[in-house]
Amino acid sequence: MIEPIIQFVDVHKSFESANGVVQKVLRGVNLSIRPGMTTVIGGASGQGKSVTVKLILGLMKPDSGQILVEGKDVSVMGSKELNEIRSNFGVVFQGVAPFDSMTVFENVALPLREKTRLSKQEIRKRVMASLEQFGLMGHEEKFPAQLSGGMLKRVGLARALQLQPKIMLFDEPTTGLDPARSLEIYRLFYKIQKEMGYTAVIVSHDIPKIFNLADQVVVMHEGMAKVFSSSEEIQWSQDPIIQDFVQMTMGHIYQSTAENE
Amino acid sequence: MQVVLKQIEILGEYVLWHINELGGMGLFLFYSIRGFFRRPFRFAAFLNEIQFIGANSFVVIFFTAIFTGMVLGVQGYYTLSKFGSEGLLGSAVALTLIRELGPVLTALMVTGRAGSAMCAELGIMRITQQVDALECMAIDPYRFLITPKFLATIVAVPLLTLIFVVVGIFGGYLTGVKLLGVNPGAFFSGMEQSVLNKDINLGIIKSFVFAVIIVWICTGKGYLLYRARVGFGSGSVSRVTTRAVVLSSITVLIWDYLITALLL
Repeated sequence: MIEPIIQFVDVHKSFESANGVVQKVLRGVNLSIRPGMTTVIGGASGQGKSVTVKLILGLMKPDSGQILVEGKDVSVMGSKELNEIRSNFGVVFQGVAPFDSMTVFENVALPLREKTRLSKQEIRKRVMASLEQFGLMGHEEKFPAQLSGGMLKRVGLARALQLQPKIMLFDEPTTGLDPARSLEIYRLFYKIQKEMGYTAVIVSHDIPKIFNLADQVVVMHEGMAKVFSSSEEIQWSQDPIIQDFVQMTMGHIYQSTAENE
Repeated sequence: MQVVLKQIEILGEYVLWHINELGGMGLFLFYSIRGFFRRPFRFAAFLNEIQFIGANSFVVIFFTAIFTGMVLGVQGYYTLSKFGSEGLLGSAVALTLIRELGPVLTALMVTGRAGSAMCAELGIMRITQQVDALECMAIDPYRFLITPKFLATIVAVPLLTLIFVVVGIFGGYLTGVKLLGVNPGAFFSGMEQSVLNKDINLGIIKSFVFAVIIVWICTGKGYLLYRARVGFGSGSVSRVTTRAVVLSSITVLIWDYLITALLL
């Protein structure tokens, strides 16, 4: 059996709000992600999807439990080790988090400038090549505020992929995009995954669209993670919570197929 | 009894929060200084910050200084003429500017102009996850964001203070000599005799200390926005910026007194 690249072992996480109410976001999450796989983490808003991403990256510490990345627990790591682990990651945040005082070119070039010793010409060549690949040619001197949502996501993808990460984390890749643009982003993501072979973790509330990409679907509900190995499995699940979720996100078409059987 | 306990609880929480905040700011300073020694050094960013904090503050500093000097000239003349010692106007103006007003007013102007901007910039970078993005790329955000601002402020503020003092003395000369007719020879020779090296040193030490206070508080408050309990979103940035400017101005004035008292 292949060792999982990311593994959650009984992870608990709660937050205290300003008025002292403790909200348990994760209550014993178990999860394993094998290398090269695409995992989609779904669930309604506020069920701890983004928290899961932040835990993987070590931006947050769990209250208890282990988060293993390549077999090492990120929740107990010092900053040096954490930096080593993080250099394996490419991350596209929900809002992309572009450096808004830098141009598109500078944004995409940043990881190469900071983390490699490549010459200026080499960096320029690589960045231009990837801008070409992501259909951003001619926009390299623009600032993030001058771009459309779809272009911004592509800038985020291009930036995250510069250092050829082993693991790509993609938080809400299509929020705020129209269906055509979302599809385009997914196609791009899938195409590049084929080329680079990274492990993909996609956090999304619109699961149906990415079902075709997913090797594993995780539905977060009330602090627990339910793992499904295929889209069929999730559609035929007898769990009322999952049925609700499927019905809400996929509409009645799937439901009526079930009734016809 | 319940009410009393509740009050003690609130007081305790308040004290703990402030100690926590102080610890956070202490660590922030430590990481920022560590950033000075990490490579690659962002020289272009450093120059940009010097331009923003230093060169672009010139106009503000110039006008503040010239009018401060002019007022000192008029007020000094008024006071000194009561004792018939208008000839001392030059040394009065110069000493006041070098020892006190130069460093303090420069620091307050830089806080208002550049300190607020640094705080807001870092606060926005925090709430839009740009700091997280840097951490995820394994780029030290302190080295990347804070170090250029720290060094630039430490270079720019003493230089701006020197400009302030020179322009201020010129302002005093304008009103004292040109307008009110003090003898120019007395104005400048009095200055030469009364201003000692230790006065200039005091001014320079103050300007360095103020530079560190400004950049530490303003960048620290913005960068550690999430610790500040100022709410969320764009409102939190504006509130934390106000707080940083107020705190930094007050701290400058307190330290002004402490340094003067210690080094007199």
